[in-house]
Parts: sequence; structure tokens; C-alpha cells
Amino acid sequence: MTNTPHISVQNLNLYYGTRQALKNININIPDKKVTSFIGPSGCGKTSLLKTFNRLHDSALDVRVAGKVLVDGENIYDKQVEVTHIRKKMGLLSQRPFPLPLSIYGNVAYGPKLHGVKDKPLLDALVEQRLKEVALWDEVKDRLHTPATGLSIGQQQRLCLARGLAVEPEIILGDEPTSALDPKSTHKVEELFLELKNKYTIVLVTHILRQARRVSDYIVFVYDGQIIEFGPTEELLLNPKEELTKDYIRGFFS
Amino acid sequence: MKKLEEQFFKTLMILATLLIVGSFFGIIFTILKKGLPAMNMDMITQIPQGGYYQGSKGGVLNAIAGSLFLALGASALALAASLPIVMYLNVYLKKSSVLGRITRLSFDVLFGIPSIVYGTFAFTLMIYFGNKASLLAGIITVAALVVPVMVRTMDEAFRSCPKELSDAAYSLGATRWETAKVLVLQAVSGIQTAVLLAFGRAIGDTAAVMFTAGFGDHIPSSLASPAPTLPLAIFFQLSSPSEAVQARAYASALILTFIVLVISIASRLLGKRLQKNKTRS
Ligand SMILES: Nc1ncnc2c1ncn2[C@@H]1O[C@H](COP(=O)(O)OP(=O)(O)OP(=O)(O)O)[C@@H](O)[C@H]1O
Ligand SMILES: [Mg+2]
Repeated sequence: MTNTPHISVQNLNLYYGTRQALKNININIPDKKVTSFIGPSGCGKTSLLKTFNRLHDSALDVRVAGKVLVDGENIYDKQVEVTHIRKKMGLLSQRPFPLPLSIYGNVAYGPKLHGVKDKPLLDALVEQRLKEVALWDEVKDRLHTPATGLSIGQQQRLCLARGLAVEPEIILGDEPTSALDPKSTHKVEELFLELKNKYTIVLVTHILRQARRVSDYIVFVYDGQIIEFGPTEELLLNPKEELTKDYIRGFFS
Repeated sequence: MKKLEEQFFKTLMILATLLIVGSFFGIIFTILKKGLPAMNMDMITQIPQGGYYQGSKGGVLNAIAGSLFLALGASALALAASLPIVMYLNVYLKKSSVLGRITRLSFDVLFGIPSIVYGTFAFTLMIYFGNKASLLAGIITVAALVVPVMVRTMDEAFRSCPKELSDAAYSLGATRWETAKVLVLQAVSGIQTAVLLAFGRAIGDTAAVMFTAGFGDHIPSSLASPAPTLPLAIFFQLSSPSEAVQARAYASALILTFIVLVISIASRLLGKRLQKNKTRS
């Protein structure tokens, strides 16, 4: 690891009731790189991603033990304010969930929450973010129509723009292309490649080819544990662990 | 054999549907047939002449106004009480928490309590505090009566909001309160249904208003004056020995049905407008 880590997970365990879903996770996620989590369904990828912005807080019967340091600060410390942590991260879920607002309202939502009231400034912000996700030209004439009127691919880019508008440092994507057609998928992947200059990107994906195309590092998760972590090509072409080998062979042969 | 079973249950379903739709039209038809002859402009523009609807002159304007004030007031008050409850249940309490379950169960129980019990209970309180029957007392009693319907209907609407939506708001740095507001927007059509159901129950209820809202021949002029209501007017008119007055009961029922119909259609239209407008910022 050359860079200083942006997110550092230390001895993290997560329980749903009495069932342990994450077992002693330790990992350093590098700054301004794309790190992908791969692994079979149900191995705990989503659960892990959610610990990064404390989305488990509102769930009953979920217990998180251990540390997650973001910029060196343990986000599970009692004094840490949760909105402050979440503001640092933009989340993209498996399917897009636009807020029940207009296209404009979706992008402006975060900035408004955090105190931007000036209308011209908001307009400029919305335009900038929509351009950043290459959606501006498609929606500039209908900014004030419901966001649910967009196609799924457009909605996903809108959700990305919405996340970027709070000026996060980190983008968390949970299989963000799983509901998209190949063309929209390609667009979103391109976006990630562009965005990684400015943001640290953490991606969960089922698609090994996607992981290969966009990520700098890959983490292989199996049954709630991290089995292997390394630079993309190295891990895919030269896995050290048997489990990783089996998983990758399943895809490429 | 399978075919026969299929046929049997299909017939059963059709019969049940026909029965319900049939009784609906049966009721409408009866009200129209018996009410229309007694219906005239005076019915909706005049207050009764001859005391407590017993004369065959004048109208039921006092009861129309009273019922509208009462139902609107009670729905508004119930909404103001229910929305915070539902927000608390869905945003502040964790899913399936014990307190949440107990609260939901109590509302289910309250929902099953007949309105006469609400009426008697409120009446006892009123005697204790030395209050007379009034519009305000009626509004409060009926609001309490419809809160369970409202809470349960709105609760369903909130619960059907995807978890990912609140996660989305949270991950943009929204507080619980701000997230709750997003859910209200998402659930707006469910909230509308809830208010509509409550309004329907409020305007049609007789037992809860009998002692609490009182009756009289005049349009209520303040929250403290007694409020005549349509269901009670129907009750009085129907129990009259005079056939002319009995016929007026059906005209009153016709008016009540019409109001409920207009309110439901209007709120549908309003709902469509809301759906468009809520996206305007
Ligand atoms: N809310 C919950 N309550 C109880 N168990 C849960 C909950 N969420 C997830 N689990 C369990 O925890 C394990 C990990 O789930 P998780 O969603 O993190 O897997 P995943 O790797 O994201 O899977 P997928 O690739 O299918 O999305 C699974 O066995 C799942 O059944
Ligand atoms: Mg998942």
C-alpha cells in the first residue's frame, strides 16, 4: 500500500441478532482509488459497505463491533456526529431510489440540507453536478418534472449527481449497475474512471469484468471474511488463496 | 375435479362481488327514490322550521353546516395528531420494536371500539368539567374516534416506502426529522386516503356526536355553540310519525351521500395535483 488509507477498518464484526455476518474484518482502503469488493451472494458485501456510513444505525438487532476510521477518525466513536460522517460519502444502491421530488429537487436536496439557500448558486450547483454525470443534456429542459419519469439508467446517474452534490470524499456503490442495460452500465463505469481522480471509490460488484475494468484494487470476500486483497491484475491473474482461485475460475472458464 | 373446484370458487367470487355492488346500488336507489320527492332548494338553503326538523317546512342547512364543520375540524385535528405518531413509529422507532408493536396493537383495539363508547366517555368528561355540548366537544370526540383509522392507514403507506429511500436521505446527511419529511412526500397519496377515510367516518357518525356536539336549529356560530349534524337530523326525521317528515329523512340522507361523494372526488383530483406539485422544488 503506497497511499495513506482513506478508510481503515479494524477488527470489525457485525451481527444480525445472534448470527455473525462479518468476521474480524481488517482492511485499508486507499485514497483516490477504486477498490472493488467481490464475492458470492450473501457473503456480506452490502453489510460491510453499510458500516462505512453507519447505515446500520437505524436497524433493529444489528450490532457492530470494532473500528472504522475515516480520515483517521473512528466513526463509531460516541462523540462523532453521524450526519457529518454520512456527508462525506455518496451512496449508490443496487437500484436507483430517487427522492419524491423533481430532478432539480433531487440534486439540490443535499446542498439545501446543508444550508445552501441562494437560488442562483443552487442552479449552478445542480447544473454542474448533472454535467458531471453526463445527464445535463438529457434533462435540462425538464428539470422540474418528477425524477421518477426518468429511465432507470438516467435515475442511477441522477442518484450519483445527488450524492456528489453534498461534496463527498468517498463514493460507495453497491452493485450500482445491476439494474442497468449495457449502455448505461458503460456510462456509469466511465464516470467512475473519471471520478476516481477526485474521489475515493468503493464498489461492490458481481461482475468480475467490471471489477477488472474499473478498479485499482480488489477485495475478495467469502462467508463474512476477507480472503484476499490486492491490486486488480495481481488478484485476478495470480490469486494466492484456493477460495479466490475457485471463485475466479468459475467466472473465466 | 380441478375444473369443478375452479368453477365453484369463481362463481362464489362473482356472487360476492355482485352482492356488494348490488347492495351499493340498492342503497343509492332507495335514497334517490324516497329522497328526491322531498328534495327541494329549501332543504339545502333553509334552517328547519317547526323545531328539531319536526315540521315539513324549511331545510337542514344547519345540519349540513354542522356536519361539515365537525368533519373538517375532526379530520384536521386527527391529522395533526396522527402524523407525528406515524412519523415516530416509522422513523424514530426501529423496525419491529416492542413499543412500536404495542402502539400498533392499541390502535387496532381502539379501532374496534364502537363510537357510542367514545361518545359516552367524552360525555362523562364533559359532565365532570361542567361543559355543555358544543361543536368543539364534538370535534374532539370525533377526532379521537378517527385517529385509529388514520394512524393505521398512514402507517401502511409509510411502511410501504422502500428502506433504500430513507437510506438515501440518511446518506445525504439528512437527520431523522428531515428523513421523515421525505417519507411524508413519498406517502402523500396514502395520507390522502387516510384523511378521506377518516372524513367519511367522521361525517357519518351519529353515536359519538349525539351527546357531545348536541343539536339545535341554528348554524353553529362558534366552537362553543351546539352543532347539529346530518346523521342526527336523519334520525329525528325518520322517527317522526308524519310521513312527510320521514320522506325528508331520505332527502337528508341524499345530501349526506352527495357530500361524501363530492369530497372523495375532489380529494382524488387534489391528490393528482399534489402529485404534480410536490415535484416542483
Ligand atoms: N437485515 C438483516 N437481518 C438479518 N440478516 C441479514 C440482514 N441483512 C443481511 N443479512 C444476512 O447477512 C448475510 C450477508 O448479507 P449481505 O446483504 O451483506 O450479502 P451480499 O454479499 O451483499 O449479497 P448480495 O451479493 O446477494 O447482495 C446474508 O447471509 C444475509 O442473509
Ligand atoms: Mg448486496
